[in-house]
Amino acid sequence: MSDAATDPAPMLELRHLSKVYGVDAAQVYALNDVSLTVTKGEFVAVMGPSGSGKSTAMNILGCLDTATSGQYLLFGSDVSALDRTQRALLRRHFLGFIFQGFNLLARTTALENVELPLIYQGIDPDERHDRAMEALEKVGLQGRARHRPSELSGGQQQRVAIARAIVTKPGLILADEPTGNLDSARGREIMELLVQLNRDEGLSVLMVTHEPDMAAYAHRIVTFVDGRIQSDRIQPDHSKEVAHAV
Amino acid sequence: MLFEAFRLALSTVFRNKLRSFLTVLGIVIGVASVIAMVTVGQGSTAQVQSDVASLGSNLLMVRPGSPGRGPGGGQNDAPPLGLKDVDALLRDIPDIVAATPGSAKMQTAVFGELNHVVQVTGTDNAYFGIRGWTLAFGREFSESELRTGTPVCILGTSTTTALMGEGNPVGTAIRVGKISCEVIGELAKRDASTFGTDDNDTILMPLKAFQRRISGKTDVQTISVTFRDGAKAEDVTESIQSLMRERRKLTGDQNDDFNVFDMKQISSMLTGITGVLTGLLSAVAAISLLVGGIGIMNIMLVSVTERTREIGIRMAVGATESQVLMQFLVEAIVLSLIGGILGILLGLGLGALGSYVLNISFMPDWRIIVASFVFSAVVGVVFGFFPARRAARLDPIEALRHQ
Repeated sequence: MSDAATDPAPMLELRHLSKVYGVDAAQVYALNDVSLTVTKGEFVAVMGPSGSGKSTAMNILGCLDTATSGQYLLFGSDVSALDRTQRALLRRHFLGFIFQGFNLLARTTALENVELPLIYQGIDPDERHDRAMEALEKVGLQGRARHRPSELSGGQQQRVAIARAIVTKPGLILADEPTGNLDSARGREIMELLVQLNRDEGLSVLMVTHEPDMAAYAHRIVTFVDGRIQSDRIQPDHSKEVAHAV
Repeated sequence: MLFEAFRLALSTVFRNKLRSFLTVLGIVIGVASVIAMVTVGQGSTAQVQSDVASLGSNLLMVRPGSPGRGPGGGQNDAPPLGLKDVDALLRDIPDIVAATPGSAKMQTAVFGELNHVVQVTGTDNAYFGIRGWTLAFGREFSESELRTGTPVCILGTSTTTALMGEGNPVGTAIRVGKISCEVIGELAKRDASTFGTDDNDTILMPLKAFQRRISGKTDVQTISVTFRDGAKAEDVTESIQSLMRERRKLTGDQNDDFNVFDMKQISSMLTGITGVLTGLLSAVAAISLLVGGIGIMNIMLVSVTERTREIGIRMAVGATESQVLMQFLVEAIVLSLIGGILGILLGLGLGALGSYVLNISFMPDWRIIVASFVFSAVVGVVFGFFPARRAARLDPIEALRHQ
C-alpha cells in the first residue's frame, strides 16, 4: 500500500455497492455487492447483456444516480452520500459524458454545445470560446464550429459530444455505447479518437459497450452479469501499455 | 450566469415568435387595459376639475326641485324661481356679492344657409363675471335691452364658427328659433368644456327676450351666485337654504323644494365616480392579468416537457437544480415582461386615442407604468415558478432517456 509506483491511489473505487429497485418481495438487485477499482489513465470497457446492471453502474459512477448501499470513492473521497447539487458540481468539474444518442442541443451550434459545460463553470466568454475551439480542434472539427447538429453526420455529432466531454479537462470520461448509433467504420474512428485522447491527454475512460470489436480497444474489460461482476481482465496486447501508463 | 440565463431566455422566446406572442397576449391585454383605463380616468378627472375651475370660483347654483337628484335631475313640480329671488339673495345675504338668473333651451340657430342647434341662455350682465367670461368682440347687454327684452345676442366662438366661419360676427343678424336676433358681441374662447359639452358653443341673450320669445314662461331655471372670498360654501349654502325656505313658505317638517349646488362638491363627486369606475375596470384588467399568468404557466409547462432532454443534457454537464430553476424562471419573467412592455405601449396608445376621442387631456401616469412593469415581472415569477421547479426536479437519468 505504501508503494505508489506499484499500487497507485485508485481514481475511483466501488466497495460492496448494491442498487435495489422495488420493495419487499418485488425487490430486484440491479447491482449486487459490486466492488471495482479503476486507476488514473485506464481505459476500461464495461460489457454485459442488457439488464446486467452495467448501465446502472455507469449512472452511479457518473453521479447521476445513487446506490442503495455500499460506498463509492471518487478521487479518494466518499461521494455516495452527496445531495443532488453536490453531485451536479462533481459532474461539472470532474466528469465528462458521451452518450449513444449524442445528446447535443439541437438548436445550437457545435461551438455552443461544446461551450455549455464551461458556461456552468462560470468561465468568461472569451476563454470559453478559445477552449471550445481547442476542444473542437482535438476532435478534428474546427471547421464545423458554426454548424448545427442537424448539419453534421452522426460521426461528427459524436465528435462534438466528445469535445464537449473533454473541454473541461475532466478526470474521467464516461461513455455509454458511444458507437451504438454509428456504422462500424465511423465507430472505429470514434474509438481511435478515444484511444488517442486516453494516450495523449491522460484521460481515464470508462465505456459501456456490447460490441466486442469496440471493447477490444480498451485496456481492460469488466463484464457484468445479473448485477455482479463476472469477469475483470486486462487485455493481453494492452498490458504493456497499461503498465507503461501506470 | 444570470446574464447567460437572460440571453438564453431571449433566444428561446424569439425562436418561437408566434407562440411567445400568443402566450403573452393575456398579459398584453391586461396591462394595456389597466394603463388605458387609468390614463383616460385621470384625464377625465383632471378635466372635471378644470371644468369646475372654469365655471368660476366661489360659485353656488340654486335650482327648483327636490334635493338629492343631482344637477338638473328629476321632474320638477316645485314652484319655479323668479327674478325676485335673485334680488332677495343679493339683498339679504351679505356674503353673496353677485347673482345672475339663467334660463336655457336648445334652439336651432340659422345664418344664411347654415343651421346649428345650440343652447340659448337668457341672462343678464352679471353672468359674465360669475361664469368667468370675457368678451372678444362687441359689448355686453345695455340697460334698455335688458329692460325691454330686445332680441340681441352674444355668441360663443364655436357657434360663430359653425354658423359663419372664423371672424367677427358683430353686426350680423341670425335667426334663433322663431326670432331674428342681432349679434352684439362674441365671447372670448376658453379652453374648457363643462362635463363634455363645449362651453364655447352657446348663445346668450337678455333674460326678458328669452322668456318672451323663446321659452314663453317668466320663470328662472337657475340662479348662480358668487360669494365673497373667505366665506365658506357650507355657511353660504345654509344662509341660502333658510332664506329660500322662508320665501317659499316652507314649514318645519316640509322638505326643501329647491337645490343649492356647490360646484366644487359636484366635482369631487364626479371625481369619485370616475375613481370608482377606474377601480372597477382595473379589477377586471387585473383578472385578465391573472388569466395571462396562467397562460404563461401553461406554455412553460409544455416547454418543460418538450425540453426534458435538453434539461437532462444540461444536468449531465453540471447544471445544478437551482440553475435549471433559474433558467426557466427567467424565461417566464422575460415572457411576461415582454408582455408587460407591449401592454404598456398598447395601453398608452389606447389611452391617447381615448383621450383624443373624449376630448380630454392625455395624462399618462408614470407610477402606473412602473407598477405594470413590476406586476408583470411578479406574474412571471409567480406563474413561472411551478413549471421551473418541475424542470429543476427532473431526474437527469429519466430526462436524458426522454424522447
